[in-house]
Amino acid sequence: MPKIELKNVYKIFGEDPQSVLPLVQNGATKEEILEETDHTVGLDNVSISVEEGETFVCMGLSGSGKSTLIRHINRLIDPTVGEVLVDGVNVLEFNESELLELRRHKMSMVFQSFGLFPHKTVIQNVAYGLEIQDKPLEERTRISEEQIKAVGLNGFEHQYPSELSGGMQQRVGLTRALATNPGILLMDEAFSALDPLIRNDMQEQLVELQSKLHKTIVFITHDLDESLKLGDHIGILNGGRLVQVGKPEEIIMNPADDYVAAFVKDVNRAKVLRAKTIMLSAEQNPLNGKKSAETLKVNENSYVEEFLPIVLEQHSLVEVIDSQGNIMGFITEKEIAKSLSKSKQVSL
Amino acid sequence: MKTNWKYWIPVYFVGFSFLIAVSYHFAKPRYKPDNISDLLSDFSWLGNWPKWLDFPLMQPLNAGFEWLIVEFGMFFEGINNFLLGLYTMMKDALVGLPWPLVVAIVIILTYFASGKKMGTTVMVGFCTFFIGFLSPRYWDKCIMTTCIVLIGIFLCLVVGLPIGIAMSRNPKVRKAILPVLDLMQTIPSFCYLIPGILLFGLGAVPAIFAIFVYAAPPLIRLTDLGIRLVDKEVVEAADAFGASKKQKLWGVQIPLALPNIMQGVNQAVMMALAMVVIASMIGTRGIGDEVLLGLQQLNVGMATEAGIAIVLLAIIFDRITQAYGDRIQDKTRPKKMKKV
Repeated sequence: MPKIELKNVYKIFGEDPQSVLPLVQNGATKEEILEETDHTVGLDNVSISVEEGETFVCMGLSGSGKSTLIRHINRLIDPTVGEVLVDGVNVLEFNESELLELRRHKMSMVFQSFGLFPHKTVIQNVAYGLEIQDKPLEERTRISEEQIKAVGLNGFEHQYPSELSGGMQQRVGLTRALATNPGILLMDEAFSALDPLIRNDMQEQLVELQSKLHKTIVFITHDLDESLKLGDHIGILNGGRLVQVGKPEEIIMNPADDYVAAFVKDVNRAKVLRAKTIMLSAEQNPLNGKKSAETLKVNENSYVEEFLPIVLEQHSLVEVIDSQGNIMGFITEKEIAKSLSKSKQVSL
Repeated sequence: MKTNWKYWIPVYFVGFSFLIAVSYHFAKPRYKPDNISDLLSDFSWLGNWPKWLDFPLMQPLNAGFEWLIVEFGMFFEGINNFLLGLYTMMKDALVGLPWPLVVAIVIILTYFASGKKMGTTVMVGFCTFFIGFLSPRYWDKCIMTTCIVLIGIFLCLVVGLPIGIAMSRNPKVRKAILPVLDLMQTIPSFCYLIPGILLFGLGAVPAIFAIFVYAAPPLIRLTDLGIRLVDKEVVEAADAFGASKKQKLWGVQIPLALPNIMQGVNQAVMMALAMVVIASMIGTRGIGDEVLLGLQQLNVGMATEAGIAIVLLAIIFDRITQAYGDRIQDKTRPKKMKKV
């Protein structure tokens, strides 16, 4: 059972969304709807499913509905029509107190411009979720101090957010979200406001945290590199429609339409593609039994950039192996060239 | 609904026709033509505004006001007694204290309200001293004025804050309240000062009532605005963590709106002080009647002297509330940025 599921969710902003819904369902685009009815289409028949423990990245340009999408999961926004399931339960049927319980215990959120409480100190911010849960003060303090230590913010507990740098503020935001130990983490352009070096740091910190904690993360971004780095699956939104969902390498290798293709055009493919994605199967041994002078053994999960320099230098054949050492397939320079070229029509 | 306004046209039309019919019906017979059909043959009524086209608002208002006094006299009497008792108690206590002690109390209050700022404290202390120093008569009168202002502001807070909060939460409430606030702010003050006398009698209480009408609107507006101006993402963060409405209001919205609310309190205090001077014309005792007395005797020096005392009082009020507001602001938004 997926941890989070959205089924055929439509969201229309405006005075009378229900009257516009049939038009949207009949395939009118966002621009047409805006022109004709003065309503804005937020989401147009979006269905996603996120498995427990994975990071689902939702990507799109501004106005594509990605921030609207993430707010459906904790019902900061209610859909015009559709279902939102968390742990298999439709949260749209929740009453007020059930909804508060859901937000308090099952999920928490990290915001683009941090959303920290300016009148609370770092430790009070981190403890906010626990405070809302009515946990006693000693417990709040104990848990928050542990969490603050874990992200290396100790020493800043009693400072106010405005006294911290952007990167540190977002670390407070992330810590605050983790303090209640929720299963689901919603991150709305969490790192977009940070400068590139700090963003990189934060991404690595998130990957490291995730390898320990195995939360279910829904991450919103407009940055393709970020989504490729963090995402187990990526969904691409355009004008409220989900145009493609897939693993990072699927999106790179087979963009569903021109919009996605334009998105992935400038990606450094060697950084994203893995050996197992581009290899020939073991039966297609290019040597046909001949013994090659140079063979290079690489793990199936290694990225192209890791073995590319060696192959170019030594013209060696790559043997792709799994973690037990079994040969899974082969890669020659031809496969590498194919995988790195941007156009599908390249023939060698 | 934007699309539905068309359906309301007949309703408006019927209502408008009804009003005209009422005005015609209640007009005095000598203003009307003998026969209603004459209106269609003699069009002279299109020249000057006809006297029968006059909606009879005055009579029902008078009747309503009379009814209010007769039916709810006890109620207003009760309010009057309560406020008057409160006022007398406060006034007697402060007037009874030795004046150096009062100055000392003001100084101590300022010192802690301003977060131990020496400059503000010293200035406010001097202003307080100078009120009595200008003319010993002013001392007790300023105490009376202060008591009226404080009670008026207390009333504004008790009634105004909940209204402001309700407006910020619900656009419909805001739509309903805003015209009332506009009315309260634009209606000439004598229009409620005089009926105030009828309801509460002469003295301090109609002045308190007038202060409420005059000074509550800015407080209500700034409370509403302050809460709505709280960073949307911060409020969203509180929501995302499952804060209930109450937790959100008291834990996030009110504390962050406090600088604006304090600005509202400051404005309300200043307006209350202005009103209490005008209220001297309906017999409210206080520093305002010194101004009035000076003007009645064409004694410009006396009026100016009393005017200066009012300004000093205003400075004291303003500095204390402003300094307190600044201190709250410092707390919610520390200005010092630390390089890390």
